[in-house]
Formats: sequence, structure tokens, C-alpha cells
Amino acid sequence: MSFDVDIAKRLGDRDIGARFSAGEGVTALFGPSGVGKTSILNMIAGLMRPDTGRIAVAGEMLFDARARIDLPPEKRRLGYVFQDARLFPHKRVRANLLYGHDIAPLAERWMSLDEAVEFLGIRPLLDRWPRSLSGGEAQRVAIGRALLSAPRFLLMDEPLSSLDRPRREEIMTVIERIATELKLPILYVSHDRAEIDRLADTVIMLE
Amino acid sequence: MLTPEEWGIMLLSLKVSSVAIIATLPLAFALAWVLARRRFPGRFLLDGLVYLPLVLPPVVTGWLLLLAFGNEGPAGRLLEQLFGISLMFRWTGAALAAAIMSLPLMVRAIRLSIEAVDRRLEGAARTLGASPLRCFCTITLPLSLPGVIAGAVLGFARSIGEFGATITFVSNIPDETRTLPLAIYSALQIPGSEASVARLAILSVALSLGAVILSEALARRGQMSERMGHVL
Repeated sequence: MSFDVDIAKRLGDRDIGARFSAGEGVTALFGPSGVGKTSILNMIAGLMRPDTGRIAVAGEMLFDARARIDLPPEKRRLGYVFQDARLFPHKRVRANLLYGHDIAPLAERWMSLDEAVEFLGIRPLLDRWPRSLSGGEAQRVAIGRALLSAPRFLLMDEPLSSLDRPRREEIMTVIERIATELKLPILYVSHDRAEIDRLADTVIMLE
Repeated sequence: MLTPEEWGIMLLSLKVSSVAIIATLPLAFALAWVLARRRFPGRFLLDGLVYLPLVLPPVVTGWLLLLAFGNEGPAGRLLEQLFGISLMFRWTGAALAAAIMSLPLMVRAIRLSIEAVDRRLEGAARTLGASPLRCFCTITLPLSLPGVIAGAVLGFARSIGEFGATITFVSNIPDETRTLPLAIYSALQIPGSEASVARLAILSVALSLGAVILSEALARRGQMSERMGHVL
């Protein structure tokens, strides 16, 4: 499974662009704040349209400016874990977890609710409302929600930045296990050197 | 307490207002959504047209309805030819007048609640595989629902009190178009009917107050009381 990205976009008076290939394991996009890391993830996820370039996953074209290919986000099969957990406030944890799972075709699902709940240790949270969760709990649920939507790739946008130190440690362990046990490739965005050193198999510098 | 005639007036008022609000709600939601989310040429004109009944003298609105839906009006003729119905001097005409007068309040409340929906949640839903339609039905609509209900209740209260456009468009016909405010107006013309006026007025206050309190409670429940406050 490989990921090929070569995109550029002008946002206001900034030029945002990236050109890289990512494979197995954790690929980190590393760079200072304001370099447009989140915009790059949004373009890959289909939430923002690049001006030029192309994005391909495992040979399938998700975006190609020249060939006028632009798959909508729901067709890209990428899991996205946001900086804030971004859980649906009107749905309990269980319904949040199952949101993408219920949409994904049966044949493409590779994890059950039970497996995800076990993997993340969130069984006691299932009947809770998102607003009653701590930052770490919410981020676990957000990761579970993305995993259950049957993605081929996981995009993570500074998933640790709103957490305290012990919580960070827990979530980092979860991310490592996603890469090693579940063999799901991860594209990971951060501006924290220590996180990158610990998690990344490949580092891509953005300037 | 109420005479049979007064009961009839109340039931007619409730019928006219309920039909007006239920029939207008989908239109109000569509307008609110377009105004909240879409940028297109003529948006400011549409915005102005929707809010026009709020600032226009109701008599003028009633006269415009008469021009459009009267027997000689274009919309009136169309209804007559297609369905053989006329709104003139009918309770359905009163419902139309009430609907037009309530539309701005409904659109405004619903629009605020749609604008309050965090669009990043919609983005999250899309990355989880939701089509735009599914995203709308499972995220946007439920999250804006408190505002939709509050808008409907507010519109209902407004239409219960509708007077000027109604009396201009469909006149003041007992058992057909004589709603609460029109009945109060009629009773005031008859010497010695002070008791009846008082009962109808109390009824009117109770209905309106109940609706506004309900609307406020719903808005608060949706944690939007601040945003909704100035709708009143």
C-alpha cells in the first residue's frame, strides 16, 4: 500500500504544497506551525481542493487536476483523526463509533465494534455523551470511529496536542499498536520533535 | 367559561395557524439553509424579500396578496384553473396570510441555528463515508432541530396574532376567516360586549405567552438562547 502526493495550493498569500510518497508504518509530516500541515491533510482527505497536482492511494487516483479527477471525501476511504476529537455531540459514544462503520460495505469492514472497543479500552464509555468525556477519552473514541469506518490509510492531525503528558503517552502507545498490530499505514502531522522521533518510520520535512 | 361561539373562534384560529406553520416549515427551512450556506447573485434580494413582511405595513402585504391571489390575480387565476380553488374569503386564504407574515421569523430562527452548526462536524462525517445527503440528515438537521422547533413555535405565535394582512386579504367572515384578533376587533364595535372582548383577549395572551415560553425553553435547551434572544 503506497501513498503518492504531489499537490500545491495558494491560500490567501501563502503557498502550500507537498510532494512525497508514503508506505507502510508511520509517515510523519513535520514542520513549524503555519506551514500548512493541516491544509495538506485536508486536501488529501478531500475536504479542501488543491489548485494543482495529484493524490493517489495504492495506484488509485483520488485527485488529479489534469485529468479532472476529484473524489469526494466519502469515496476516498481514509480515516481522519482531528486535532480536536470532533465527535458528534448529539450522538452517544456507541453511535459515534458506529457512524462510519454502518456506512462501510460489509466486505470492506476489517474491524468489529467489539474489537475496536477492546483494542482501545473504551468499553465503559459506550453509553456516555461526548461532552462528558475527558480529552484523552474523546481522542480514543475518535480513533475508534475512524478505524471502524474501514479506512485504507489513517490521517492524524496532531492528535496529542490537546492532551496532558500521561494521556499523550497512552495515545502514542495506541498509535504504535495501530501501525504494528493492525498494519494500518498512518500519515501523521506534528510540530513536536519528540513525538516524531518516537513514532515515525519516515519523516518528511515541510518548509 | 367560553361561549360556543368563542370556542369556534379559538378552534378556527388554531386551525389557520397550524396549517400555515406546518405548510410553511419546509419552505422556511429551505430558505434558511440557502441564505445560511449558499453564496449566489441575488442573495441579498432574496434576503430582503423574505424579511419584507416583517417591516411592511400588514395592510400592504394583504393588498399584495389580493393582487396576486385575487380572482383577477395571476396566482389566483392559476389556482382556479389548475385545481378549481380560490383562497379569496376562505380560511385557507387566512392561512396563507398568516404564513407569509410568520415566514420571516421562522426563517430567521432556523437560519441562526443552521449557522450555529459546526461545519467541521460535517467534514468529519464526510471522511467517515457519509454522502452529502446522509451528512445533512444525520448531522446538520438534528443539530439545527432546536432552532427549527423554536422557529415554528415563534411563527405559530405570530400567526395567531395576525390581523392586518388577513382582514385585507380575506375580510372578516364569521366561522371562515374571523380568527381571534378579528373577533376581538368585531366585538369592540358592538356596545356591551366588553366581557367577550376580555375573554378573547385573555385567550390571546395565554396562547401567545405559552408559545413564546415554549420557544424560549426549546432555544435554551439547544443552548442557543443568546443567539435566539434578539429574534423576539
